[in-house]
Amino acid sequence: MADNEFLENADGKTLSKPPTPGDIFFDKSFRFLTRAFTWATILLLAFIVYKIGGEALPAFPDLGIKFLFTSTWDSSQNVYGLLPQIWGTLYSSFLALILGGFFGITIAIFITQDFLPYKIEIILKNIIELLAAIPSVVYGLWGIYVLIPLIRPFANFLHEYLGWIPFFSTRLSGLGLLPAALVLSIMILPTVAAISQDAFKAIPHKTKEAAFGMGTTRWEAILRVMLPAASGGIFGALVLGFGRALGETMALAMLVGSMPTVTLSILSPADTIAALLANTFPEAAVGLETSALMYAACVLLLITLIVNVAGAVIVAKATPGGDKR
Amino acid sequence: MNQSGLEHPKLERQPMEPRALKSIVLSGITIVCAITACIPLFSVLLMLVYRGGKRLSFQLFYTLPPGAFDGPGVGGFGNAIVGTAFMVGIAGLISVPFGILAAIYLAELDPHSKVSEIARFCAKTMTGLPSIIAGVFAYAVVVLVMGHYSAWAGGIALSLLMLPTVMLTAEEAIKMVPNPMREAAYGMGCTPSQSLTKVILPVAMPSIITGVVLAVARAAGETAPLLFTALFSESWLAPNNPTASLAVLIYNWSSSPYQNLIELAWAASLILVVLVFVLNIISRSIGGKTKL
Amino acid sequence: MEALEEVDANEAYENDLPTDIALDCKAERIYYSDFLAVRDSHVPIKKNQITGFIGPSGCGKSTVIKSINRMNDLIRGFRFVGNIHFHGVNIYADNIDPVSVRRNIGMVFQQPNPFSMSIFENVAFGLRLNRYKGNMQEKVEKALRSAALWKEVKDKLKNNGLSLSGGQQQRLCIARAIATEPRVILMDEPCSALDPIATRQIEELMVELKKQFTVAIVTHNMQQAMRVADQTAFFGVDISKGGRTGYLVEMGPTKELFENPQEELTKEYLQGEFS
Repeated sequence: MADNEFLENADGKTLSKPPTPGDIFFDKSFRFLTRAFTWATILLLAFIVYKIGGEALPAFPDLGIKFLFTSTWDSSQNVYGLLPQIWGTLYSSFLALILGGFFGITIAIFITQDFLPYKIEIILKNIIELLAAIPSVVYGLWGIYVLIPLIRPFANFLHEYLGWIPFFSTRLSGLGLLPAALVLSIMILPTVAAISQDAFKAIPHKTKEAAFGMGTTRWEAILRVMLPAASGGIFGALVLGFGRALGETMALAMLVGSMPTVTLSILSPADTIAALLANTFPEAAVGLETSALMYAACVLLLITLIVNVAGAVIVAKATPGGDKR
Repeated sequence: MNQSGLEHPKLERQPMEPRALKSIVLSGITIVCAITACIPLFSVLLMLVYRGGKRLSFQLFYTLPPGAFDGPGVGGFGNAIVGTAFMVGIAGLISVPFGILAAIYLAELDPHSKVSEIARFCAKTMTGLPSIIAGVFAYAVVVLVMGHYSAWAGGIALSLLMLPTVMLTAEEAIKMVPNPMREAAYGMGCTPSQSLTKVILPVAMPSIITGVVLAVARAAGETAPLLFTALFSESWLAPNNPTASLAVLIYNWSSSPYQNLIELAWAASLILVVLVFVLNIISRSIGGKTKL
Repeated sequence: MEALEEVDANEAYENDLPTDIALDCKAERIYYSDFLAVRDSHVPIKKNQITGFIGPSGCGKSTVIKSINRMNDLIRGFRFVGNIHFHGVNIYADNIDPVSVRRNIGMVFQQPNPFSMSIFENVAFGLRLNRYKGNMQEKVEKALRSAALWKEVKDKLKNNGLSLSGGQQQRLCIARAIATEPRVILMDEPCSALDPIATRQIEELMVELKKQFTVAIVTHNMQQAMRVADQTAFFGVDISKGGRTGYLVEMGPTKELFENPQEELTKEYLQGEFS
């Protein structure tokens, strides 16, 4: 409640006027709206969790925790088990992380440790960014018609000669974990590279100076000083990359084969929760099957939430603002 | 040997010495890695241009998908292009005002309160939401309530994916406005909303728009959220009905037995990727600096 | 915190200010959260004169001046105990809108901070904000002339304000502040980011401005106070209770303060024994 009459005492010389009632009304409404939408953000997330959890609840009495440990998915008999998909989600993301993580970190080193003239550095950064921009369904298409034909000979070679190793114990007929994981690794590479770059950039310049001042070669400095210094952020990058892989749907739905098996063989088809949802949901029988799928969605939501929050916390702790180095 | 009897230290370059050799080998591996990482991009682009380009024509933009009995070379996906544009448009209309207004509260009006901290956490968490979950949610909330699939459901699902990006980049953009400018606005006697609309937001706008464009680029390429909200359609846009989109088209036709449809899927992929790349480039020129 | 006889901020003033005083600032206690920044500083600002605030760093002179137009309200944990008498009311009273206060009191900051708009729009900003319905061109020109900037920019009014040099930007900020003809203009070390020539120009400008306006200026440069200020307030730092609390040591006509300081601390500062 503003009292603006004191201005009327004036000699009348000033051109200033108090805010008009219109101004004040606009100000109050505007601020109210911003506050409302902030609250809405919180409520939205809560609602998402509530809704999906709510739809899953009817399945719980029938399926219970067993759901997470059994393997049969049969709608005609109303028997559902999510184990192969949980395994597939985790295993495919893990495989992707190994490859995508390694390449991502290497590229981050390449970009930030003075290997390149500035112009080429920018070009490389842009290329990596564009990798991230390609829609996952296009990667799926490319995977089917380009990648799989390309790696099939190599995969069969592995199976023929190294088939005794559990990782290569089946024949790659087409769709499978290997092509899916390869595409997935391409998709998470930019994430890992970007966050790792931030981690390297956050290292104070004097650390680098100290290393070179001791007479290290470039790689000695990188491996013995820079990597350890950036390790917190890099670990966060890997966790977040893993989280991204877990949530990825289309490339997997198109490439992993949607076969509910639990297998170590990277040449075998498999299934992930996201792919299961994508493939089964449209035709799902209303009732237990739909609830079972919602239950599966809950599990996926929970896994990705935990991993992403953990990753965000790790990254926040490791980069400036959170760390005292 | 010099006067004091000590040996000269070896200062010349010695590439064959183990330490130097290791360094060169590692550098070599790194370069190979970097090149390898670039290969998929070029492979994808090449394939798109080669296989998609074969089928590229204006006809694609105004024809409907081919029927089961149409011969090769027939048909297009004009409805999918319109559908994608429509649903992304709805998603933008929902997420952009929502995100920017919330960002204003987080960045400017009350940055340190409990509500803001929690909201920020929620937004960050939502960036990691699997796209299929957005679809499942929109299904439960819109499709089940309306009783049928629709473009509205698809748009709402996409808005869930755009919202966190828009909000968080807008928050950063507003925070980046230099403090002296802020003080000048308040010093002149602006109400908080006047400081925002007359001074702060105009300065932050390029960065905010960058974020919006990137979010749009992402939404245009999303498939999973549309799978059970908008489904697909062989006819022109009717928002209250299942709606076609480029992404779902590519997914559906990628495993089709008909060569015609596979060719169209490649052409659609080409158009989609060109669209996404153009949007990325636009966002960069507006933003004015290299992100990453 | 000591128990104080809290001044009732809402008590109506019985008398108006004496006619030669534009604004009477009584800062009893100024806090930033638990930190006591300023104590016991009564600074009357005389009309059509330049009042200079001098003192060593940390003495609270910026805090006091920013309290006058309630800019410090934007800082979390800020608390002002006391009252500031301006045109019949205490501007810290509950029913006073700080936005209105700031419209009547102009401010020029340490770093020049023109808006990212054309020069014309920068100066017209205040006029538009206050919904001035008259001849905008005329008022903008008047302000730019008063700020000694008109000749240099009259042909490029459409250029962005940020494209000017440092000294020009600061004069633009002054023009912006005086365009609405506020009764009091506050300046917080306006020349500290400028070169000596630009500083000189601004100082000459201030002397001209006081004919129409009332000016209060914070400066860390004693000689500047000597050159331009009619009244000078010297602030010191009190470390007796463990913290660093600023307070008004002495105030008076500049010539008297510099030639005949009453307090020991003032003498020491003026002789350059600390800064």
